[in-house]
Amino acid sequence: MIQFRNVQAGYPDKKIFLDLNAAFPDHGAVALMGPSGYGKTTLLRLIAGLLKPAAGEIAGLGNQKISFLFQEDRLLPWLTALKNVEIVSDEKKAKYWLSQMEIEEMEKYPREMSGGMQRRVALARAMAFEGDILLLDEPFKGLDEELRRRIAERIRHRAGLIILSIHDRVEAELMGAEIWNLEEMVQPPRE
Amino acid sequence: MNKYLRNGLIGAFWLLVWWGAAQAVGLPLLLPGPWDTLSALFQQMKHIAFWQSTGLTLIRVGAGYLMAVGIGVVMAVICHFVPLMDALFSPVRSVIKATPVSSFIILVLLWIQKGRVPAFISFLMVLPIVWTEVQAGLGAVDQQLLEMGKMYRLKWLQKARYIYLPSVLPHFAAACTTGLGFAWKSGIAAEVIALPLLSVGKNLYDAKIYLESANLFAWTFTVILLSMALEAVLKRLMARLKGGKAA
Repeated sequence: MIQFRNVQAGYPDKKIFLDLNAAFPDHGAVALMGPSGYGKTTLLRLIAGLLKPAAGEIAGLGNQKISFLFQEDRLLPWLTALKNVEIVSDEKKAKYWLSQMEIEEMEKYPREMSGGMQRRVALARAMAFEGDILLLDEPFKGLDEELRRRIAERIRHRAGLIILSIHDRVEAELMGAEIWNLEEMVQPPRE
Repeated sequence: MNKYLRNGLIGAFWLLVWWGAAQAVGLPLLLPGPWDTLSALFQQMKHIAFWQSTGLTLIRVGAGYLMAVGIGVVMAVICHFVPLMDALFSPVRSVIKATPVSSFIILVLLWIQKGRVPAFISFLMVLPIVWTEVQAGLGAVDQQLLEMGKMYRLKWLQKARYIYLPSVLPHFAAACTTGLGFAWKSGIAAEVIALPLLSVGKNLYDAKIYLESANLFAWTFTVILLSMALEAVLKRLMARLKGGKAA
């Protein structure tokens, strides 16, 4: 179980968490909601280890593998969709997850794809990596309603913990996620 | 208009300007025309010394250039990843950049054999260019991609191949192309001062001493042709390298 104990964190110009206490379950999906600036992405970065708390402790992470779908796609522009996914797994898994994300033209470069397609390639990469924890920062950005439903159906059944950052309550429902409203959990952000 | 026809017409225009200027001056000693230059060049080409001089100059400049590219890349990598080394070595780079090439040539002549001076000078002139550009390229690598690589546990070799190399390659290619011109010009300047036997620089010097203007032009013409040929080869190599990375 991942536990946040009296965590203080933020950035030099902005404090986000002043005293955050939270415990994530080992399995299932948790959807973080709240207005911009309340720390949805910051919380994901803390779990990923990309941001260190200024004080307090985050326990229970150990050496777990984490798949992180960043808010930006962060695809390598000089590699094809297939190669972008393959570098974090193998060809078989890469092809499987790209087809699950309904990407048929796997030899295309990111610049040749629409925003929604690039998002699905990034999602395929996160899934193919097979992390113990799956962090998804706005996973359905740029996808239409029907596609969101189909994609959510394919990723929600994976084992382990999924933590999502979303703006739309419907996305939480699609993922069968418990909603955590950061507005109720943390104090308003301070400059 | 066809590219070759256009370039041919541009070349013909400037040859005509050159010919006209030479006719206007009327003294081949001051300004030889295209025909005098070409005939002097063909005369030179009959002698084995022409080919030996050109070949040895190419080897000297090439050796200095390749050494600078190799060491420049190594220095850039070291200085990028070890800030202490950057602090330690960046003044050296600044000094090399700021020092006039002639000062270096005269100084280096005191230290090493004159035959090796051109290679060393080419090396010194190209080193800071490659070093600076490649280090700038490393500094400009997208931090978000590096974070992604860290998150997905890419091995250092994968990071080098898939993140660093494609980002640095345009900087490296630019440095190599700019550096080639510098290597060539500074190497020949070093030959003109150091006067190693069988060199383009010594032939240029002799032509000047004996007032053989047509020969001076012929050697200069050779230098320009070689420089253009080398640049074309390098550009093709770089394009292939970039194409390979994209595929």
